[in-house]
Amino acid sequence: MIANFGFGVLAITFLVTLYSVFAAIYGERKKIPAMVESARRAMLLTWPLLTLTASILIYLLVNDHYEVQFVYEVTSRSMPTYLKVTAWWGGQAGSLLFWSWLMSAFASLVTLRKWDRDREFLPWVIVVACVTMAFFIGMSVFFENPFAQLYQMPTGVEAHTFQPAASILFIPQDGNGLNPLLRHPGMVIHPPMLYLGFVSFVIPYAFAMAALITGRIDDRWIRITRRWTLWAWMFLSFGLVLGGRWAYDVLGWGGYWGWDPVEIAAFMPWLTGTAFLHSVMIQEKRGLLKHWNMLLIILTYDLVIFGTFLTRSGVLSSVHAFAQSAIGPLFMGFVSTTLVTSVALIIYRWDSLKSETEMTSLLSREALFLLNNLLFMSILVVCFWGVIFPLISELFTGQTVTVGPPFYERATGPLFAALMFLMGIAPLSAWGHSTVKTIGRAIWKPIVGALIVTAIMFATYTRNVIALVGFFLIALVILVTIYEYWRGANARQKSQGENIFAAFWSLTGRNRRRYGGYIIHLSMMLMAIGILGIELFQVETQGALEVNQQMSVGGYDVVYQDIAQFQGPDGREVTRAVLGVYKGGEYLGELNPRIDYYYDAQQTMTIPGQRSTLRDDLYILLVDWEPASATGATFKIFVNPLVNWLWLGSLLFLVGVVIAAWPEKDAERVAVRANASVQQQTSAAD
Amino acid sequence: MQINKFVIGGILILGAVVFLIWTSTAANPEYFLTIDELNAKGSSILDRNLRVSGAVIGDSIQYDAQNLALSFEVAHVPGDNAELETEGGLAEALHQAVMDPERSRMKVVYLGPRPDLLRNEAQAIMTGHVGNDGIFYADELLLKCPTRYEEAVPEQARS
Repeated sequence: MIANFGFGVLAITFLVTLYSVFAAIYGERKKIPAMVESARRAMLLTWPLLTLTASILIYLLVNDHYEVQFVYEVTSRSMPTYLKVTAWWGGQAGSLLFWSWLMSAFASLVTLRKWDRDREFLPWVIVVACVTMAFFIGMSVFFENPFAQLYQMPTGVEAHTFQPAASILFIPQDGNGLNPLLRHPGMVIHPPMLYLGFVSFVIPYAFAMAALITGRIDDRWIRITRRWTLWAWMFLSFGLVLGGRWAYDVLGWGGYWGWDPVEIAAFMPWLTGTAFLHSVMIQEKRGLLKHWNMLLIILTYDLVIFGTFLTRSGVLSSVHAFAQSAIGPLFMGFVSTTLVTSVALIIYRWDSLKSETEMTSLLSREALFLLNNLLFMSILVVCFWGVIFPLISELFTGQTVTVGPPFYERATGPLFAALMFLMGIAPLSAWGHSTVKTIGRAIWKPIVGALIVTAIMFATYTRNVIALVGFFLIALVILVTIYEYWRGANARQKSQGENIFAAFWSLTGRNRRRYGGYIIHLSMMLMAIGILGIELFQVETQGALEVNQQMSVGGYDVVYQDIAQFQGPDGREVTRAVLGVYKGGEYLGELNPRIDYYYDAQQTMTIPGQRSTLRDDLYILLVDWEPASATGATFKIFVNPLVNWLWLGSLLFLVGVVIAAWPEKDAERVAVRANASVQQQTSAAD
Repeated sequence: MQINKFVIGGILILGAVVFLIWTSTAANPEYFLTIDELNAKGSSILDRNLRVSGAVIGDSIQYDAQNLALSFEVAHVPGDNAELETEGGLAEALHQAVMDPERSRMKVVYLGPRPDLLRNEAQAIMTGHVGNDGIFYADELLLKCPTRYEEAVPEQARS
């Protein structure tokens, strides 16, 4: 009954989004502001409606309504309540609803802003947002209904939205339970973060389309959506990092990234989004690359939809096959339709998107930004090639050939290195014109510093050439960034008479975007340290130990002390080992790798014992334990050097984005001024 | 003149990317084969890096915890999605593959921790090579457990 109600609300929401699309178009065409206003209100209605739908679903999840197929598939009686709530995005049907719900929240937020000066964008932003929403909600209504219920038919149990003839409702005693791999704090917040990132990229896309359709293709749409884009990018980036952290903590292979198609699917919009963030600055400052920016945001949008499609059903089910339901072709159809339409719009507006100036100097800031964009796109091409290569090879040779992580590492490594080098020199270049000389004058000190760091690493840490190149680039970027910061603060200190800390503070406050960006660069370098460490220096060992026997790896001595088996709180049996960790004879503490066996899902989960320091992580897996011979157990031990910097870097990254995206105090005034000058220009053109 | 240096720069980057992709693809290809295809190719694939997919036969799973040596057998499943669909979806195809004694099978050896998802009727996607003894030595092992709806329904419902 309640489930039917939920479905009803969902179906109504679908109709509301459709109404909104048509009302907006009709109102705009016939110049009826009341109609557009009606479309806007309809759009505002979607969020309360979807919130109601979601509440009903959560009610069903929390109260064990196993007659609902989705509830049956993702929860069980033994799960704690918070996991029953988060099971909302634990399966395909639920996560599609979750996507729509977030989308409607963002669409509502954006409609609530003041539209006075941008009224002509409004109908088209509504259209784009509501078409996207209608697609996702329609998917839920027609193909992936989270409220479908189980019915006992003469032929067996089937799930249906409406009760079929000659059937009775079937109520299982208990549910399947959420995949244990997903019952982890990282998994509780990783999908929402990623989805937040995905969904919020729809907003800049909507404005870009509005700009193309209305022909108001100055950089107003970019200025309106600048902060949206930054938040979107932050959520997407942090979602990716959380996914890595979850893999590191849960999947038990001592890694964080495996170049799985799903990971790549989430990574691709990040690449175009990052390129977009950089290249809009060239348009704002120099009026260049307008076609390119449009193309980037369109690509980002479609990669987001594509990514949702690939990642929607969680992690492991997507190892290689595409969706096996009807929604696969529909997603591809939606992606190609929006792509073709959007690109057609660019072509239609081609002439008005012409650059206002020309790029002349190869070392100017804008040229380096362009190079940065090309490198991001190159990495995208590598990723895309890796994903579609099996299809290409089958088409041409009849033999499916796939490429694995070595391909991606080899092909993207030099591109990432080039990006890092750019990160080092671009902040020192000037808009319009720079030469080797001007950059050289600024960069020689950081280069000397970086060489010294590299020499120290060579003497004390490693002889690995790739690592040394990496450390050199990391040191260069960090030093250049600090140098830039110091230069600015120093100048301020002199001119304003502030002390150095106050100077730092007000410098950042004055130009949040720039210095926030620098902090983001620094955070990327910290993450690069972690990635270099775990990729190049990971050591591992494995073996069976008797009690009090020890094993050594990477300078650590590990002593197996004890093992115990007991019942966990939420329907699992825990087998937990106790190991003492020593380094150079000094006792550092104990680690408890364990194996959890979930009764409901009949699945084990291997949870590593970890000891994290800035130098390295000790990461121990309990591989096996024979209850019969309670004396011995088998362990696999990894030492992951420097990996902690990866997680630290991601925290600094958040700080950087918050600084860059924080509203400027006089943002509105700046916007008004920009707008006024645009109007002057257009009137002059008339 | 101005245009030229940007065009040259662009061509250089494009060339570098094509070179990177080309050599990296050539250096690390993995031939995706089904077990039937693998058996048909015989000894021509001995040195090749292969990626093989099959249905795990639960009874054959053996684990030597002392040496972290895992061995099990997999049964042939079609590699093509359309073919899988005609068999009733992946879960059903895996079920059929395990139940059918006529299907060609392959023994797999993997050194490492026993994966949590390794169980009867899971789909194993293995990267590695075939040894002279005809055993598949996997370097990497991915597992996928599609939930088969029928199977998930409690016993009393099925009669």
